[in-house]
Amino acid sequence: MYRSHVLVCGGTGCTSSGSVQILKALQDEIDKNGLSSEVQVVKTGCFGLCALGPIMIVYPEGSFYSMVKVEDIPEIVSEHLLKGRIVKRLLYTETVTEEGIKSLNDTSFYKKQHRIALKNCGVINPECIDEYIGSCGYEALGKVLTEYTPDDVIKVITDSGLRGRGGGGFPTGIKWKLAKQNEADKKYVCCNADEGDPGAFMDRSILEGDPHVILEAMAIAGYAIGADMGYIYIRAEYPIAVKRLEIAIKQAREYGLLGKNIFGTDFSFDVDIRLGAGAFVCGEETALLSSIEGRRGEPRPRPPFPAQKGLFGKPTLLNNVETYANIPQIILNGADWFKSIGTEKSPGTKVFALGGNINNTGLVEIPMGTSMRTVIEEIGGGIPNGKKFKAAQTGGPSGGCIPAEHFDVPIDYDNLISLGSMMGSGGLIVMDEDNCMVDIAKFFLEFTVDESCGKCTPCRIGTKRLYEMLEKITEGQGTVEDLNKIEELCYYIKENSLCGLGQTAPNPVLSTLKYFRDEYVAHVTEKKCPAGVCKSLLSYVIIADACKGCTACARVCPVGAITGKVKEVHTIDQSKCIKCGACMEKCRFAAIIKE
Amino acid sequence: MGSKTANTIPFNGTAEQEAELLKVINEGKNEKGSLMGILHKAQDIYGYLPIEVQKIISNEMDIPLEEIYGIVTFYSQFSLTPKGKYNISVCLGTACYVKGAGNIYDKLKEKLNLEDGGCTPDGKFSIEACRCIGACGLAPVITINEDVYGRVVPEELDGILKKYNDAE
Repeated sequence: MYRSHVLVCGGTGCTSSGSVQILKALQDEIDKNGLSSEVQVVKTGCFGLCALGPIMIVYPEGSFYSMVKVEDIPEIVSEHLLKGRIVKRLLYTETVTEEGIKSLNDTSFYKKQHRIALKNCGVINPECIDEYIGSCGYEALGKVLTEYTPDDVIKVITDSGLRGRGGGGFPTGIKWKLAKQNEADKKYVCCNADEGDPGAFMDRSILEGDPHVILEAMAIAGYAIGADMGYIYIRAEYPIAVKRLEIAIKQAREYGLLGKNIFGTDFSFDVDIRLGAGAFVCGEETALLSSIEGRRGEPRPRPPFPAQKGLFGKPTLLNNVETYANIPQIILNGADWFKSIGTEKSPGTKVFALGGNINNTGLVEIPMGTSMRTVIEEIGGGIPNGKKFKAAQTGGPSGGCIPAEHFDVPIDYDNLISLGSMMGSGGLIVMDEDNCMVDIAKFFLEFTVDESCGKCTPCRIGTKRLYEMLEKITEGQGTVEDLNKIEELCYYIKENSLCGLGQTAPNPVLSTLKYFRDEYVAHVTEKKCPAGVCKSLLSYVIIADACKGCTACARVCPVGAITGKVKEVHTIDQSKCIKCGACMEKCRFAAIIKE
Repeated sequence: MGSKTANTIPFNGTAEQEAELLKVINEGKNEKGSLMGILHKAQDIYGYLPIEVQKIISNEMDIPLEEIYGIVTFYSQFSLTPKGKYNISVCLGTACYVKGAGNIYDKLKEKLNLEDGGCTPDGKFSIEACRCIGACGLAPVITINEDVYGRVVPEELDGILKKYNDAE
């Protein structure tokens, strides 16, 4: 029995800010003080509040230490673990009250969250199967193998109303039913862990923090559709997740939870990992299957759907990581429990990755139907530096921007689509007044141009032309006519592309055109970028009253565009200026502005 | 997004590397869909996938060279050119981009006088843009080999580069 447990986050965010060194220093210090039989250090998955990493929680007190440094470790050990005095200066400020500390679950970041998919993340050691089992792990698998027929399983999933969390929102139960119906000598269960949306990292966090839940859910799916083999297709950019999955698969095989005759039944199931190699299009199901087969990840027309003809030509069920993470909970608690959370058409919860210009960057899991306002202002803690909110971008390169006037719309699949965006995998990037919406649209288009596989013409050439027109606008060469041409091309690409990548690629452009048309118009008619981002439309000028004539700007200018004598007002020659901004960074008197 | 231009640097693989590659190929050869995994391992061995390495894989696995070349050039993680001793990746995922990663990337390229995917003549630094490494809470993020730098501001870039310049 340990009297105290110290949980240290070992997710990618905290690892990047040094949690590995902290874990080592902590264990060394504990050993040095002879506490190793009393205090247990646990490396967990992601807690969600990545902005404050590296994160550490000490139980039983539940003190939440944030932004911990290696230098803080001796103090934590000698004060807290040895003498029982909490190190107040390291506590997350919101947990500090006059009476002492309040529970993490009462802080504004966690209060409105409901954790189902992230249930074990930040709670258990992901590299230890016993901790997963101790947290009801593999109970759902045991239950379906001994009490349910495959049809019973599919009925529970169908009744729960669970929809695919990877983006499309297709009803999961129907997908399973289709895969079961198609008779074949061999079937496959696949997991899409190719989280390509830049800015979304929930799948990575689930795999890093709770890898066994995916194995359990895939085995349940295998039983339901009649498959005995599963593949997890994961991005090679996620080395920690890959490593933990490998450990989890090995442990599950040792415990007989994967392999032959699971739980003494005649059901056998095994899982293998396949690495991606950096291609966004591989998130599309037919492209993903082609990549698992070891070929170029190019999509193909559907039908036949993967449920009919998928991996190696056999019926295949493909779900995303977060979808699978919900399955064991639905089996254990029932369809009615799941339906009681969220909205009627979108039951359950959704994990969002909050990023961009927001205070509490990190992962949050909220019931469907929560408003954008709650997510950004309460859970996210608002916009830093007193800036004004401009838009929230959801759905990544396939989604769109939602402006402030739709702040109170409840988030679910259908509402986001009617606003011209989409749920996508759950990236939620907050933009403030300093972000130019034309530039953002161009940014996403650059991404899709780069990631278009090139198989179909509307996507390969259409996105390229679209990008060129946006580039023209940001360089001040655009005309009002271009805006109409852009819209026309957008609809053409959407209607004629082969797969989801092309069909959704114009969304960032269309939604910014819809809500921020005035910004586009300012770029083409006044040749101005209201947010001050597009370099070609900016000019740096010196305010005569504020300039002290210190010559710092003239000395730093790489092209000699600034002239002026010592202690006299300087001027910038606009024809020479390359708009690098070095002068503005250098000026100590805020005498240089961009306009 | 690594450079896909033809390799102009002479190939100088060693016999040990080739032996290791042959071992990897023999282990995976008969498994369905193992080519991607073998290419990953080959890149670990050589640091990149020059045409010479692709030829070995093609011969051993009896897969046409153009098919292998097609796969190598399709996926952005496979590189036809060697990387520098210190490979700098600037995350241009959305979260990093809205927090100024584009500017960081431009500044670094300017300081090192490199284009995307380029490598300095002394083989020391190479630079590339990458999509989301998933550390969005620390945006903007750059990585240099295994080291991760979060919340990067332009002013600290000189200091960061100096660390690696001094490391020789």
